[in-house]
Amino acid sequence: MMKKNTAKKITGIICGALVTVLVLALLQRLVMPKYMSDVLEGGMIAEYYDERKDHDVVFIGDCEVYENFSPKVLWEKYGINSYIRGSAEQLVWQSYYLCEETLKYEKPKAIVFNVLAMEFNEPQKEEYNRMTLDNMKWSSSKIKSIRASMTGKEHFIEYVFPILRFHSRITELEEADLYYFFDKPDVTHNGYYMRVDVKPAENIPEPRDLSNYSFGENAYHYLDMMRELCEKEGVELILIKAPSLYPYWYPQWDEQMKEYADKYGLKYYNFLEDIDEIGLDFSLDTYDSGLHLNLSGAEKLSDYFGNILQNECGISSRADDSILSAEWEKKIKAYNREIELQYDRMRKGEDVK
Amino acid sequence: MLFTSYAFLGFLLILFVLYYVLPGKAKIVLLLIASYFFYLSSGLWGGIYIGVTTVTVYVFSLFIGRTLDGSKAFLSSPEGKALSKDEKKLKKDQAKRKATLFMAFCIMINIGILAVVKTLGTMRTDILVPLGISFYTLQSLSYLIDVKRGTEKAEKNILKVALFISFFPLTVQGPISRFSELKDTLFVPHKFEWKNVSYGLTRMLFGYFKKLVIADRLSAGVLTIIADTGIYGGGYAFLLLILYTAELYADFTGGIDIAIGAAEVMGIKVPENFNCPYFSTSLKEYWRRWHITMCNWFKNYVFYPVSISKWMGKIKKFTGSHFGAYMGKRIPVYISSFIVWFLTGIWHGIGWNFITWGLLNFAILMISEELEPLYDRFHKRFSFSNTFGYKVFMMIRTFILICFLNLFDCFSNVGQTFSVMGSVFTGGKYAEAFGGGIFEIGLSRADLLIAGIAIIIVFLVSVFKQKAPVRDRMQNLPMWCRCILIGGLFVAVIVFGTYGIGYDASQFIYNRF
Repeated sequence: MMKKNTAKKITGIICGALVTVLVLALLQRLVMPKYMSDVLEGGMIAEYYDERKDHDVVFIGDCEVYENFSPKVLWEKYGINSYIRGSAEQLVWQSYYLCEETLKYEKPKAIVFNVLAMEFNEPQKEEYNRMTLDNMKWSSSKIKSIRASMTGKEHFIEYVFPILRFHSRITELEEADLYYFFDKPDVTHNGYYMRVDVKPAENIPEPRDLSNYSFGENAYHYLDMMRELCEKEGVELILIKAPSLYPYWYPQWDEQMKEYADKYGLKYYNFLEDIDEIGLDFSLDTYDSGLHLNLSGAEKLSDYFGNILQNECGISSRADDSILSAEWEKKIKAYNREIELQYDRMRKGEDVK
Repeated sequence: MLFTSYAFLGFLLILFVLYYVLPGKAKIVLLLIASYFFYLSSGLWGGIYIGVTTVTVYVFSLFIGRTLDGSKAFLSSPEGKALSKDEKKLKKDQAKRKATLFMAFCIMINIGILAVVKTLGTMRTDILVPLGISFYTLQSLSYLIDVKRGTEKAEKNILKVALFISFFPLTVQGPISRFSELKDTLFVPHKFEWKNVSYGLTRMLFGYFKKLVIADRLSAGVLTIIADTGIYGGGYAFLLLILYTAELYADFTGGIDIAIGAAEVMGIKVPENFNCPYFSTSLKEYWRRWHITMCNWFKNYVFYPVSISKWMGKIKKFTGSHFGAYMGKRIPVYISSFIVWFLTGIWHGIGWNFITWGLLNFAILMISEELEPLYDRFHKRFSFSNTFGYKVFMMIRTFILICFLNLFDCFSNVGQTFSVMGSVFTGGKYAEAFGGGIFEIGLSRADLLIAGIAIIIVFLVSVFKQKAPVRDRMQNLPMWCRCILIGGLFVAVIVFGTYGIGYDASQFIYNRF
C-alpha cells in the first residue's frame, strides 16, 4: 500500500514537472524575439539549417557580407552555389565558430571571411550576441561561441533557457509574436538580406584618429584558428573587405590584413580599392548612405566577385547540376517575388521591409 | 552572492545534493564550509570581521562558562560547603562579577566593531559594511549573554559556534536566532525527508515570488518618487507610502522565506520572523508580528535587563516617592522603552532618520499605552467597536501609520521626510497621480497589474494562513491541484519576475541594516 502511494506520488510529481516544463517551453517560444517586425536581421543564422548543405562557397561575417553579396547572381552568372552565414556585428570568434559548425555539415571549396570584424577584440553588445547565438543549433561550437562572446552582464544559463533573458517581453508582446509562434518565413535569400531602396551616400563621417591601429590579440587568435581549421579541412580561406564606405576601413588596418594574407599565402581582396571597376555608384547603389549596398550594388559586387572566384580561385560552374538548378529555380522565383514586393511597397510609400 | 543570483541557486543545488550524500557529521562540516564560502563570496575582508566575532564570542563564552561552572563546582565541593553563607555569597558574586566583566569586554569589542564599521560606512561611500554584520553580531551576542545567564552551556566545539554565527541563510538579514533555537536541528545531521525538501522549496519559491514579482517590480516607482520629491509631491507622496510599504514587506518577508526555506530543505528549523504584520490592529501588535526575532532580541537583551537593573530600581523608588505609585511604575517603562527604541533605530543605521523613526515608534507606543484605559471605556461603551468591520478599520489605520513611519527608510534627511509626510495632506496632485501620473514613474500598466495580482495572492495566502499553515493545508489537496499551484508559482516567478539584463540586481532592503 505504502509502495503504491509512493509510486503514485512520484508519478504525480514527474507529471507536474513535465507540464510545468512544457508550459515554460511554450512561453519561451512566445517571448523569444521573432525579428519579423522592426529588426529583421536577428534570426538569419537559423535559416541555414534548412538548406541542403552542398555549397561551393560559404560567406562568413557581419552585415558587410549578408547585405553586400547576392548568391543568386553567383549562381545565375557563374554557376556557383553559395550561402552567407552572417549576422549583425558578428565578431571574429562568432564567425570562427560558425565556420567550425559549417564545416561539420559540409566541405565548401572556399570560405569567404569579411575582415571588418577584426576591429573588435572583445565582446561588444548583448543584443548582437543574441542575434548570432540564439539561432545557432546546440553544438560544442555554439557553447564555445557563447563563452567567447558573453559580455560581463550575461549569463550562460540565459542562453540555455532564453526565457530567463526574454521573460520581460511578456508585457510587450506584439502581434508578430503570436503570428510567428509556430513558424516564420525566411527573410534572406541564401543568407542575403535584400533591400531595393536607395539612399545616396552623402556626408560620410570623417574617420576619427585612433590611439592604436593594431588589431587585438584575441581577434588574431580566432583568425588564426579559422585559417588553421580551413587548412586542416582542405578548404580555401579567402579574406575580403566589402566596399562599404562606413565604418571606416583605415589604411593601417588594410596593411595588417595584407601582411597577414601574404604571410600565410591567403587571398585578400579589399573591394574598396575596386569600387570603379565594380561599377558601384554610391548615389544609387546603397540604401543607407554607404553603410550597405542595395540590390543593385550587391548584384554588381557579386558579379565582380563571381568572376574572381571562378578565374582566380578556380571555383568551377555547377550550372549543369540538375538538382541544384531545380532548387535555384525556386529560389530565384522567391528572389524576384521579393524584389517586386519591395518595389510595390516603395510605390505605396510603405517601409520596404 | 545575492539570494536572487544564478550563482546562489547553483550553490544551493550543489549544497543540497552534497548535504544528503555526505554521511553523519560531515554534513555539519559541509554547512560550515558552505556558510564561509557564501560569506566570503561577498568580499574576503568580511571574513576578518565575522572571524573576530566568532573567536571572541567563543573564547569569552568559554571563560564565562568556566568561571560560573568553576564557582558552582567549588561551592558544591566539601571545601565550598564548609564556607559560611556570606562567604558562599561572596564567592558566587565574585564569579558573577568576573563573568560579567568577560561578557562586557566581549560585547564592547563586537558592538565597537559594529559601531565603527557602520559609522564609517555611513560617512564614506568607499567603505563597505560587511554582509549582515548587524544580524550576526546580535545573534552571536545573544549566545554570549545566554551563557552568562546560565541558560545556555558554553559550547566547546568552535566549529559549532562558527556555524551558528555564520549559517549562510541567516547572515544576510536574519532571522536573528538564539543558540537554543538552532542547536537542536543545526548540529544534527538530517536524513533525506521529502516533506522537508518539498516544504522548504515551496517556501523558497514563495519568497522568490514576493521578492522578484512584487518588491523588485515596485522598486522602480519608489526610486523615481524618492529621487525628486519636489515634482512628486501630494498624490505621488501618497503613492510612495503605499508602494514602499508593499515593496518593503515583499522584499523582507520574501528574503526571510528564502532563508527559512533553504534551511528547511536540510531539515534545519529557523524561528519565524513574521506573522502577517499588516493584519495588526495596533502598533504594539505590529511589533509582535513584524521582525519578531529582532524585537525579541531587544526585549530579552535590552528591555528586561535595563528594567530590572539596580539603577532602574533606584529610579523607580525615587519616582514612586516623588510622583506617586503610578508614575513610579511607568517612568522605568518609559526609560527602558526609550533605550530600546533608540538602539533599534541606531541598529537600523547610524542616522537621524533611523533615530527619529525609533523615537517616534517609542512615542506612539507609550501614548497608546497611556490611553489604554480610555480605549477600554470606548470598547465597553460602543458595541460596534467589537465588530469585524471595526477590526478592519483598525487594521487599515495601523497600516497607514506604518506606511508613514516607513518613510524614514526612504530619506536620510528627517526634514525632508516630514515635508513628504505633510505633502500627502497638502500637496494636491491626487488627480494627476491617479489620473495617469502613476504610469509615468517607471511603472507601466502591466507592472502595476502584475504587482497588484501578486499582492492579492500574497494577501490571500496570509488569510488562509490564519487557520492553519498553508503548506499543511496544501497537503490535503489532490496531487494535480498541488502541482498546478506550485508549478503555477514557479512559472509566475520565471515569467513575471523582475530579474536579468535590463534590471539591476536589487539587494534586499534589509541588507543595509
